[in-house]
Formats: sequence, structure tokens, C-alpha cells
Amino acid sequence: MSKDEVILLDFWVSPFALRAKIALAEKGVEFEARQEDLLGEKSELLLKSNPIYKKVPVLVHNGKAVNESTIIVSYIEDTWPTPSLLPPCAYGRATARFWADYVDKKLFDGGSKIWRSKGEEVEVAKKEFIEILKVLEGALGEKEYFGGDSFGFVDILAIPITAWFYAYEQYGNFKVEDESPKISAWIKKCLERESVASGYPEPTKVYEFVGLLRKVIGLE
Amino acid sequence: MAASDVKLLGGWASPFVIRPRIALNLKNIDYEFLEEPLGTKSELLLKSNPVYKKIPVMIHNDKPICESLIIVQYIDEAFTSGPSILPSDPYDRSVARFWGAYIDDKWFSSLLATLKAKTEEEKKTAIEGVSTGIELLEEAFEKISKGKDFFGGDTVGYIDIALGANLAWVRVVEKLNGVELLDETKTPNLYAWSEKFCSVPAVKDLIPETDKLLEFAKTLIAKWSAAPQ
Repeated sequence: MSKDEVILLDFWVSPFALRAKIALAEKGVEFEARQEDLLGEKSELLLKSNPIYKKVPVLVHNGKAVNESTIIVSYIEDTWPTPSLLPPCAYGRATARFWADYVDKKLFDGGSKIWRSKGEEVEVAKKEFIEILKVLEGALGEKEYFGGDSFGFVDILAIPITAWFYAYEQYGNFKVEDESPKISAWIKKCLERESVASGYPEPTKVYEFVGLLRKVIGLE
Repeated sequence: MAASDVKLLGGWASPFVIRPRIALNLKNIDYEFLEEPLGTKSELLLKSNPVYKKIPVMIHNDKPICESLIIVQYIDEAFTSGPSILPSDPYDRSVARFWGAYIDDKWFSSLLATLKAKTEEEKKTAIEGVSTGIELLEEAFEKISKGKDFFGGDTVGYIDIALGANLAWVRVVEKLNGVELLDETKTPNLYAWSEKFCSVPAVKDLIPETDKLLEFAKTLIAKWSAAPQ
């Protein structure tokens, strides 16, 4: 069998691209990460592979493009089944997909609201974000990972966004460790994994990047 | 399977509720339909979906499953009777999931916006959004169906369910605005598909009559314009 060609269209600070990188690393799949300059021009391959959203990540596997990070992680799970990222039973999988969907709907946008707001809105955004963390704490419960004993689907989708938490803390004037110790502990646990640590951007660099974005939208 | 093993909390008009009902029908699973009247939330709903407090919720052997497309995937994995709803090939599955997500994240919000629009300008933009989505789905249908009747091929599949559940609402938006969104000449594939889809036994009785839904839409629109948004 000829070797698989796996290309990931990537951007260093994108938590969504990091999801794909972690999943591929967990599966032991070799891939080529190609950096897109999202503040500059987008590559031809990106525009051709993801014409509707024109965003990273895009996984190009033997010439076929897969878009949307959560869908990419599901594709990676389907294509390279071991070690599995989802539980074997249908109900466990539905629960994992529910929390993955919650993370998708709430976590990044909730955090973004904090640094995109000004004045009183910042406090409101901060409170809403802390609520989101509390809901996630409830989902985590007493488990080590969202997946239970093993690092899995929901952990992979959520952990990259935590690289942006330092930026949220700075602009929102709070600490995740104080508001949500369980989530804080879970973050530390995940960062012990090579697959996570190797692609995880420096939170201080993410904070600088957010500063740049704030300039772009006229907040600084 | 005894009907009491499977309960579905929902409403007759919601496209999100129609989706799991189609899936259960495709798998020949009996279920108890618990209608949540509009404007109220039952104890069971609040207990089963504390995060969103929304319909649909499927309760299988007392365990709740929430979010319509997640429920559809669950039904596909939990019940082996009937045809597969998601394709077996990983790439085809990713394409099906992509369009399911597009329909929910991008297209549906335009559809809803046509009903909630406060100005003619807003309405026009929303209708354009719906049309653009339909054009993309028309193109996608050609590639994905490979000449067969449905996105799923010979049988109704994931994208068919995700999109088809919205058909009565599409017809309502057409009537309310005097536009044709699914057009025999402009979108021939989807036009033909919509007729076939609505005739499938598993689907037939679930798609609301357009006039009945139109009346319901009018009461909703009145409610939205009266209440502060």
C-alpha cells in the first residue's frame, strides 16, 4: 500500500487547527503542516479546498479535502480507528458529541466576547464565560478527562482553546484557577501529553496576537 | 422494541423534531411522542435537557439524548434495523457532516431571519441567504447523489434528513414572501428531490401541511413583533 499523503492547512495560533494536530498525533499519523498566513493572502489550496468558509484547518488526505475542525477530528477517528477517541457504545458517543457541540457553540465565542467588548460589557462577558466553565466542570465531574479515564474526543476539541485563556484572564481581570479549579487541573493534565504540548502556542504570544486583533477591530 | 423504551419530546412544527422522527421511522422503531405545547416546558424536558431546555430530546431506556443531528446519529448507531443513515466511508461521512453543519450553522439562520426581519432590507438579505444556500446544496446534490434519488443514494440519508425536515418551512417562507426558493428550472435537482423526499413512507406524515404551518408561522411572527427582542 502506498504511503498516505496527509496535509494540514494550519495557522500557529488557531485552536481549531490544533485540534486536528492533536488528533493526528494521538493516532500516530505523519502529516505535513502548511502554515497559512491568515492576516495576509490565503493559499490557492486553501481557497480551492474550503471555498465556502475559506478557513483553517483543512485536512487534505490523498487529495481529498475535509473541512471544519470537529468534522476533521471525526474523520481522523473514522479513518484511523486506533487508539479510539470515542467510547464504544452509542450512548457514550452521543454524550461525547453533545459536549463537543457545547464546546463548539460556547467556549471560543464566549471567551472572544471578553476581549471584543469594552466598558461594562467586559464584566458581563466575563460572568457568562465563567458560567460556561461551570457547566463544563459539571460535565467533567470527578473524571480525569471528559472522555473518562482516557484522553478523548471532547478533551481534544476543548484543550486548544485553553491557550487563549490567559488572554481572556488579562482582559477580563479574573483567573480560571480561582473560578474553576477543576478545569484548571484538567488543563494541566492534558498539557502533560506530548500530542498537546508540541503544538500548544505560548499563552503570552496568543495574548499578543489578541492585542493585534483588537487593533484591527478598533479597540486599541 | 416496546414503544415505552423510546420517548421523543417535541412539537409538530419544529424541523429539528421532525429529524429524529424520520430516523426512527426509517429504523422501524416505535416511540412515544410527547408533545410539548408552545410556550411551556415540561418538567421532563427541563430535567432531560438542563443545558439548553429545548426540544427535541430523545429518551431511550430513561437516558436522554439532545440536539437533533446528534440524536439522528445516535439512532443510526443504536438501532441496526433499516438502512444506514450515515454513509460508511469516512470521507463521505465527513461530507455528510459538513452539509449538516452548514444547514444548521449558516442556512437555517437565514431562513429564520426571513421570519424575524424587521425591515424590507433585512428580509431581502435573509432571502438571499436562503437562496445562496439552496444553490450550494443544489450543486452538492449533483456530486453527492451520484445520479440517485437522494443525497443518501437509493435511500434517505443524513443530509436528506437534515435538509428535508425544513421543507414545510421553506414553502411557508415562499408563500409569505411571494418567492420561489425551490424552482423547477433554477434548482431542478432539489425540486425533484423535495417531491421524492416528501413521498417516502418514513417522511410522509411528518411534514406539516403548508397552510397549517403558515397559520402557525403568522402567530409566531405576531408574538415576536410584540415581545421585546
